[in-house]
Amino acid sequence: MKTPLSWLKDFVDLEGINLEELAHTLTVAGLEVEEIHYIGLPMPSGLQQTKVSGLSWDPEKLVVAEIREVGPHPNADRLVLCRLFDGEQEHTVLTGAPNLYDYKDKGELKPPLKVAYAKEGAEIYDGHQEGMHKTVLKRTKIRGVDSYSMVCSAKELGISEEHEGIIFLPADAKPGTPLADLLGDAVLTIAITPNIARDANIYGVAREIAALTGRALKPMPTDVQAAGPKIDGAVKIDIKDSELNPRFVLGMLRNVEIKPSPGWVQQRLRLAGMRPINNIVDATNYAMLELGEPLHAFDYDVLVQRAGSKTPTILTRPAKQGETLTTLDGVERKLDDFTVLVCDTAGSLSIGGIMGGLESEVTETTRNVLLEGASWNFINVRKTLVAQRMSSEAAYRFSRGVHPAMAPRGVSRGLELMRQWSGGVVDAGLVDEYPKPAEVVQVAISPADAKRWLGVALSNEQMSKILTTLGFEIKQQGDGLLVTVPDHRLDIETGVVGKADLMEEVARIYGYDNIPATRIADALPPQHGNPPLELEERVKDLLARMGIQEVMTYRLTSPEEEARRLPPETTPDDKPYVKLANVISQERTVLRKSLLASVLEIAERNARQRQRIALFEVGPVFHASEETLPDELQRLVVILGGQQQPADWQAADSAAYDFYAAKGVVAELLASLGLHGLKYEPGEHPSFHPGKCARVLAGERQLAVFGELHPQVQSQYDLGAHTLQAITLNLDVLGELVPERFDSRPVPQYPPVIEDLAIVVDESVPAGKVEAMIAQTGGNLLAGVTLFDVFRGDKIGADKKSLAYQLTYQHAERTLTDDEVAKLRERIIRRITQELGAQLRA
Amino acid sequence: MENLQTIREQALAALNAVQDEAALEQWKVAQLGRNAALTQAMKNLGQLSAEERPLAGKQANEVKLALEAAFDEKRSALEGARLRESLSSEKLDVTLPGHSIALGRLHPITQTLRRVNAIFAQMGFQVYRSRDVETDEYNFLLLNFPPNHPAREMQDSFYVEGGAPDNPTLLRTHTSAGQIHAMREYAAKDPGNPPPIRIVLPGMCYRFEQVSSRSEVQFTQVEGLAVGENITFGDLKGTLTDFAQRFFNANVRTRFRASHFPFTEPSAEMDVECFVCGGSGCSVCKHSGWLEILGSGMVHPNVLRNGGYDPEKYSGFAFGMGPERLTMLRYRIEDIRYFWRNDMRFLEQF
Ligand SMILES: [Zn+2]
Repeated sequence: MKTPLSWLKDFVDLEGINLEELAHTLTVAGLEVEEIHYIGLPMPSGLQQTKVSGLSWDPEKLVVAEIREVGPHPNADRLVLCRLFDGEQEHTVLTGAPNLYDYKDKGELKPPLKVAYAKEGAEIYDGHQEGMHKTVLKRTKIRGVDSYSMVCSAKELGISEEHEGIIFLPADAKPGTPLADLLGDAVLTIAITPNIARDANIYGVAREIAALTGRALKPMPTDVQAAGPKIDGAVKIDIKDSELNPRFVLGMLRNVEIKPSPGWVQQRLRLAGMRPINNIVDATNYAMLELGEPLHAFDYDVLVQRAGSKTPTILTRPAKQGETLTTLDGVERKLDDFTVLVCDTAGSLSIGGIMGGLESEVTETTRNVLLEGASWNFINVRKTLVAQRMSSEAAYRFSRGVHPAMAPRGVSRGLELMRQWSGGVVDAGLVDEYPKPAEVVQVAISPADAKRWLGVALSNEQMSKILTTLGFEIKQQGDGLLVTVPDHRLDIETGVVGKADLMEEVARIYGYDNIPATRIADALPPQHGNPPLELEERVKDLLARMGIQEVMTYRLTSPEEEARRLPPETTPDDKPYVKLANVISQERTVLRKSLLASVLEIAERNARQRQRIALFEVGPVFHASEETLPDELQRLVVILGGQQQPADWQAADSAAYDFYAAKGVVAELLASLGLHGLKYEPGEHPSFHPGKCARVLAGERQLAVFGELHPQVQSQYDLGAHTLQAITLNLDVLGELVPERFDSRPVPQYPPVIEDLAIVVDESVPAGKVEAMIAQTGGNLLAGVTLFDVFRGDKIGADKKSLAYQLTYQHAERTLTDDEVAKLRERIIRRITQELGAQLRA
Repeated sequence: MENLQTIREQALAALNAVQDEAALEQWKVAQLGRNAALTQAMKNLGQLSAEERPLAGKQANEVKLALEAAFDEKRSALEGARLRESLSSEKLDVTLPGHSIALGRLHPITQTLRRVNAIFAQMGFQVYRSRDVETDEYNFLLLNFPPNHPAREMQDSFYVEGGAPDNPTLLRTHTSAGQIHAMREYAAKDPGNPPPIRIVLPGMCYRFEQVSSRSEVQFTQVEGLAVGENITFGDLKGTLTDFAQRFFNANVRTRFRASHFPFTEPSAEMDVECFVCGGSGCSVCKHSGWLEILGSGMVHPNVLRNGGYDPEKYSGFAFGMGPERLTMLRYRIEDIRYFWRNDMRFLEQF
């Protein structure tokens, strides 16, 4: 909300206050000042607690001056020369301001015109350039006449964007007075959070400032000079639904003259971000900005005419579904049955609390004004705003809640301003329908509450003083206080919530800074770990130690993007997606089902510029389920491609990541987690090369699938020259398998016997089977079987392969004899020869 | 006997002239070998009388030891010289780069989350995780956001198709959704006398927002929650200041500003003194000297009640912070989109 400093001064004395400090005080107390816009006042330099903008007027260079005579320019019809006195001396000043033409060639002006005068070197806004750009006034020659100073427009001073003519100052302004002393202002832009909706007006902010600075708050301006007859009989009110419209107030002003508002009013409205229209509309806006109660002015004669010259009745009712109304913005609106309409007997007039209709608006010809101030259910206003996609200053306030007590106050203020600015006469009294009076809220608090909530000892007196400045009424009750909530705010509840609400008010004004920081003295809860998280962290650390980079990716994706992880002809699995109902981008329409697709996208992003791709992600995938909420399943995906070691100037290219490199990662990861005895067998998965894919089984449960990506999948990503290996692992299963602990093995004390064993087997015999058989036959005495060579070639024949193993024989308690080793070796050879058709290789 | 003295002097003079190891070996053969003058002299000792023999033998032996010692000395001198010579010829270009190492790194957000979790763990806060997809009830309603409440405007949500009309399914907009789950889980252990809670809730959150350098459709958050019978706003200030001083630096100052969150009251934003400029004002802190770090507040009585904790008896505080923001401030990262784009040129800096 834009809050002009000059307006605040109507209600609280700000003499001698530092604006930056004031902004900071408000910010710390929950009224965040987002910006201070300076209009002439001196701006701070250096540290800026609050963002600042605007222009300072140099007190030496921007001063009040008087134009004593306006004469013609010798060479230009559109320019005039002014004889001007700046308090010290006279100058000849050249200007093209059209509002000086009337004074041209009139001789000595009596009284002189008071204007804003900028001397050479003054910083002002450039009036001739589109937008607001600062410039420094320089000496120049215009059409042969020396020019070193100027008289200023509102835009040049930064007061508004108007540059139609120069501004005139009050007749009593003294030449030579710094302009900032006379016109200087600043606008605080304050963020209004929902809990301080009561402060979305000048008086509300002034009240906060008064409470925070200890200065006096002037009374709310609600007096009205009503010289007219009693309003009774001029209009009737009929409220159909008091839940939606608890209060409706009308006042009357007769014989108005519609014209522009006084200049200072227009100026304040502009500073507050509203456009001046005419004195009546401006008065409704001004009163709303000042007190927070939105008002609506009707042309009374139009209403009388619509009522067939009878007494008009204003009624409020929910709209019929599909009913239409053309609002002030010219839009014909189709309404819902929860929208509340303000109507008369002839039909609808406006949407309650949001926007007027076209027909009954105040126009140039309006003579008599009926002024509405009402109270609306704020939740219902919100629903209507969302449904109608509309917004207005009135709706902004009503949708956050305005207390019903504000309705007559707002109407009175509006009537008084209209009277002052339009010359009309106000009817005595108001027509006030209030079928559902707001409840008076009372909350009991005590110093014990402050101690419990805030941790600080506050006396009843301290709390009472704070709350009183905010308008609460306080009564001593027992050991504590009975607090009555003032009728301008709706945010305080009863009971324990009310206590919390009041503690917030006390803490805010007492100052968060004044509450000492302490450490929790309460009991420490029972401590327990988070095993799934701890497992994930172990997995991440192990993979990082293997040189693999962690990534974190978008969990929102599209089915099209994820389809790339499958060859084109694959029928997609039938697991449904978790789909978004509101989509912000076609790239993010569903929650991901595949972590593989997520990491492949990242591999693709990096492939062109990296010789080595080694990425992993731990994260959830989402499967729609029969339950309300989808299944969130924790997965690991690793993608490997390119060189296993980064190349450099000395080392030759290292081996590329292939199937066995991926298997090494899987095996090392699982072994490091204490998992042994897992089964690796050929796997099937549409994303993988059918001949280069394996799965890892723990008993019957599939823990992981890994291998080379299917060439058709690879070709759907832009991977450069890389061939990718992938690992997908189910972390939920892993969590169930990983043992909490394991037994270590002693380091052998006796020397091992190490032998090589090279055999030839048919290509169809899996190496894993050979190794398993050797290990099983060797039993306890065979401490290790390590495959160190696989060879194929003419020497051993077609469809054959040679496998060379290093066997380590070891006895835990003694040195093995040659004889024992020989026997064991003999047994192993016999078994693999007989059962696998292996031949010993010389 | 003069003979021995002469042998010694001549031998040492010859040794002086030796320049290399080959010459040294020749010298050894010549002076200490079988045909050396000294060897001959020692052989001749037998011809001396029994009276002369011990003394002459002693002297001859002394000469032998002296020559051997001189030999050893010369040899190590020559070896030293040879080593120096060879070392000086083995000079490497130390400015050539070292070998590349394939270091695997954790994502910067994982690193930040670990730091945050570890600091709170030392203060007794344990990690509690909950789901990404939530109901309106847990994400909003039970956290004191009534339907159509203005506070909901601050949090635009992604809704999921097929949720219940009166309780839509959505992607959580904050990890606070887990607060209710946690409180109910704890309270269920002993509903009459629920145990104290001290947890942090890290996780991914989602907002219906256009992606820009400052905002993302998904972001991580760490929520914290402490509930007990004696927890105050002062404890909130102390705990979060302790955190800031551990996370940023030991001397950093904190500032608490009144704010508004529907699920806390009183609510506060915590700023820390800008650690780039030390509070004197710079572009990072937009010349204010302070950086916004987190939102916090005393748990709203309605939220305590919804979690199974009687607000007349229990109180608590909650806070929430954004690991992306913490990371961006710490490393002066300009664009939030870097995190989920995962360009290696970004990731490998951490
Ligand atoms: Zn700074």
